[in-house]
Amino acid sequence: MTNDPYSRRPYIIAGAVALVVLIFIIRLFWLQIIDRSQKQKADNNALLRQVVYPSRGLIYDRNGELLVFNQPIYEVTLIMQEMRHGFDTVAFCQCLNIDSLEFARRIDAIKDKRRNRGFSTYTPQVFMAQLTKQEIASLRETSYKFSGAGIRKRTLRGYSYPYAAHILGSVGEVSQADIDRDEYYQSGDYAGRDGLERTYEQRLRGTKGVEVIMRDSRGRIQGSYHDGAEDVEAVTGTDLHLSLDIQLQALAEQMLQGKVGSVVAIEPATGEILALASSPTWNPEILVGKQRSTQYNRLLNDPAKPLFNRATQATYPPGSTFKTLQTVICLQEGGITPTTKYPCSGPGSTPIKCTHHHGSPVDLPGAIEQSCNPYFWCAFRDMLQRDGYGDGNATFRQRYNLWRKDVMKFGLGNRFAGTDIGEQSPGVIPAERLFNRTYGEKGWKAITIRSLSIGQGELLATPLQLANQAATLANRGYYITPHLNTELTTDPELRHETDMDTRWFDLTAEGMHRVMTNGTGRWYNIDSLQMCGKTGTAQNPHGKDHAIFIGFAPKDNPKIAVAVVVENAGFGSTWAAPIASLLMEQYLTGTVTRKHIYNKMVNAVLTHPSSE
Amino acid sequence: MTRNSIISGLDWWTIILFIVIALFGWLNIYGASYTFDQTSLFDLSNRAGKQFLWIGIACVLGIAVLFIEGRTYEVTAYLIYAFWILVLLATPLLAHNTKGSMSWIDIGPLKFQPAELAKMITALALAKYMSNYDYHLRSWRDLLTPVMLLALPAGIIMIWQRETGSALVFASFLIMFYRFGMSGYVLTGGLSFVLLFICSIRFGGVALPWGEGNVGVLLCYLVLMAIVVGFMWLHEQDWKNALILCGIVILLYAAGLIINIWHTVNFNLISLIALLSALVYFTSVILYRRHFPLLLVTVYVAMSLIFCEACTMVFDKVLQPHQRTRIEVLLGLKDDPTGAGYNVNQSLIAIGSGQFTGKGFLKGTQTKLRFVPEQDTDFIFCTVGEEWGFLGSAGLLIVYLIFILRLILIAERQRDNYSRIYAYCVVGIFFFHLTINVGMVLGLLPVIGIPLPFFSYGGSSMISFTLLLAVLLRLDSERLNKLL
Repeated sequence: MTNDPYSRRPYIIAGAVALVVLIFIIRLFWLQIIDRSQKQKADNNALLRQVVYPSRGLIYDRNGELLVFNQPIYEVTLIMQEMRHGFDTVAFCQCLNIDSLEFARRIDAIKDKRRNRGFSTYTPQVFMAQLTKQEIASLRETSYKFSGAGIRKRTLRGYSYPYAAHILGSVGEVSQADIDRDEYYQSGDYAGRDGLERTYEQRLRGTKGVEVIMRDSRGRIQGSYHDGAEDVEAVTGTDLHLSLDIQLQALAEQMLQGKVGSVVAIEPATGEILALASSPTWNPEILVGKQRSTQYNRLLNDPAKPLFNRATQATYPPGSTFKTLQTVICLQEGGITPTTKYPCSGPGSTPIKCTHHHGSPVDLPGAIEQSCNPYFWCAFRDMLQRDGYGDGNATFRQRYNLWRKDVMKFGLGNRFAGTDIGEQSPGVIPAERLFNRTYGEKGWKAITIRSLSIGQGELLATPLQLANQAATLANRGYYITPHLNTELTTDPELRHETDMDTRWFDLTAEGMHRVMTNGTGRWYNIDSLQMCGKTGTAQNPHGKDHAIFIGFAPKDNPKIAVAVVVENAGFGSTWAAPIASLLMEQYLTGTVTRKHIYNKMVNAVLTHPSSE
Repeated sequence: MTRNSIISGLDWWTIILFIVIALFGWLNIYGASYTFDQTSLFDLSNRAGKQFLWIGIACVLGIAVLFIEGRTYEVTAYLIYAFWILVLLATPLLAHNTKGSMSWIDIGPLKFQPAELAKMITALALAKYMSNYDYHLRSWRDLLTPVMLLALPAGIIMIWQRETGSALVFASFLIMFYRFGMSGYVLTGGLSFVLLFICSIRFGGVALPWGEGNVGVLLCYLVLMAIVVGFMWLHEQDWKNALILCGIVILLYAAGLIINIWHTVNFNLISLIALLSALVYFTSVILYRRHFPLLLVTVYVAMSLIFCEACTMVFDKVLQPHQRTRIEVLLGLKDDPTGAGYNVNQSLIAIGSGQFTGKGFLKGTQTKLRFVPEQDTDFIFCTVGEEWGFLGSAGLLIVYLIFILRLILIAERQRDNYSRIYAYCVVGIFFFHLTINVGMVLGLLPVIGIPLPFFSYGGSSMISFTLLLAVLLRLDSERLNKLL
């Protein structure tokens, strides 16, 4: 065509087309290469990271008896988005045996973003949790009718024996604090709340896995992403093998029935705890599942304080059981010799008088056998005063500190470190400054603190510490920090030496053996088991005395060390010694032959004044 | 003419580009409608298989068209046009409601949209009318009949069939008019109307910080006043009168602001008075000087003024609620990622997630899992973006660019006006479809449901575009004969 006045226009049109395409390409460049947020949104859209819960590690006793296992439990979940396509609420409620009000209440709870931070209409939300197989049976049959409804399997703890609740602890839903502290947890997860479940939470829980699944625009699951290449498998929790002997534990708890008190049994050579019972207690099964919170509150509000683990948290004056350790220390630090005798009456023994009737003066084994208060007061006094009082009472205070250090070498006065027992009290071995503060540096002498000589006064120890003291005596001078997980046994860090002469321990053991043959424990002795023991009756300003017993057996190469405390029971020889004796028999022979003692102990009910 | 000369006269570049686009489109439809248990590209029960069938049918029809002499269309253009107007009129009576539109009719098991073919038929009729040897596009009056020719089907489709997208495509003929002499002012004027519309809607709800009135009206009117002043100053070279115009406007606004201290003043009204005063003054100067062509400025500003006033009314009363929402979302007046903005939002996510090289064929999660609605029809470009990434989608755009540039080249080499006009109609139609469709998918333009040529799933559009192209190729192959 000639003479086209508009011959430039094709180029303008072509330019316009090119410009539009250029704008589009710039836009694409922005969207696909510069702006990274779209990719993230796409993954959020299409990929659902579904948590795969690992099964929690199992717990066994020292003989391989399964104590704690997992039992399946079911959750009913709802995907709100899918419920829009018709949802028969009435039939659904019938299946779950709830009414429509309850249904509405639960839906509201799910939708409440403050309480349910992970709310999304596209993901399964827990509608009802912790249902048994029976409870979901009818829903399972008809679940295809309810679009959006799903059933998810979780596990709860199950217990083979109704014992050892304090030790084992329990598993419960994590708190917001847990979630904030450890990013492993998400709302609705379970974790160990107390006891071993808490101590060993990290190993028992295993590692959660992730299943990456694709869902479509309606939230319907479309299969796994990249054929599961990005999935992470759940790692099952590691099992726990305890040193506990569940038979011994059962016997201990049975005998503590109706009483307030505790029992700790330790294998001396290894520090392994064979039994650790606190009474009152509860069946661990009640803290599982839906009933957990109500039952927990009931225990929490019980005036008898069952949640309080008396074996490790309660402290008592050790009373006469302390004399065993006093013997060793006084011999070691040179207050007395093995042949020292003290009269148990007369001017030297004042102000502490003997409560028993025995010949006087007594020698060392005799003093232990007869639990002779004046003897131990004199020994304590002579040990502290050996080098006089010195300038400004300094020498005496130095001796006191030496004594205190020795006592603490038996594991008293401090919490055990490196063990797996969570809740412990440190007990009290009074420090010098306590007396300095009260009496002034020069104001206190041996006579001021005379009560310490017989395990009274400011002294306080937990039953666990008492059992460990017994184990130290049994070992003739060392102890392995008491623990429950057998893997800890070989830990060299846990071995503690008293650095005292084994001869003094042998002498003490001899005295403790005589307690069982001739002394306060003689009614509960079994000769063949070579039992050694020491009873104690701890004065209690709030009520009747606490009955205490520590001991071990056999005398040579001991296999078990025991401490028993029965609160407000009176004499240690009456209430604590028989329990310890039966435990030693059970552990060493595998049976209890003295059924009458067993029956008496099981049936005896001793009321607790603090609950009145 | 022998068969041989047809084949040798065909523009094979165009055909190759057509095949590339159609096959790539077919692969992407397979990708977009792919579900995880799907089997074959050729399975007729899925959309990719059907699209393959459509491509086949379109090719057969296209080849058939290639054997029809170009003269035939020229002779029958009006007849076909009249017949198709009747078809368009009859369509809503036979159609069933598809998402509010009454443009689809069933022919046996197939669905067909007559509006698709109307573009080609209108183009042929326009070509015939405008190629008449005594027709010259010189004045406004010359445009009247062509505009009527395209407004008739467009009107029927928009109002009677309620298919706005297909009707808007008729605006693409403006490109052809432009090439053949229509003033560039019409195009820029048209664009300015669009901008005025956007301005008045976007800021129509923003109240002025003083008095009554809104920012939208103020902005639009200030722009129009600037045009009046600009013409006075730059075109008439009369800065004195330009200053007087400015003075009038400034005085009126100042008066408004002062009165506003005691009484609330409606600044929409002040703007109107200021613009009208300026316009009257401007027109009187023009008339006095007998610079009659500049009266067009008066007409334009007056029309814009009416347009602005009408905008809000049209927006509120004439547009369908869903159209209104789409425009509001696009203009950022509404943020609704799950409602009207959902398509575009998901589309952007899908495209963005493709990144540089894409996720790979059939590996896109967004399109596979149906996050993007209409992903195999109007939003098919998403699938390209997600699975083929920046490389694939920019590549496809460049292929389209080359295709359209090739069509311009073809248009320019035609020796008779009939073919040239038709060719420019084709250029316009493809350009318009590409711009609106990709612009929509990329979130740059409002959601207007029109297909991407040769690419989107659908028999009607596939066949219509192929026929549109085939007729052009036939006309092009005859160009050398025309000399004889």
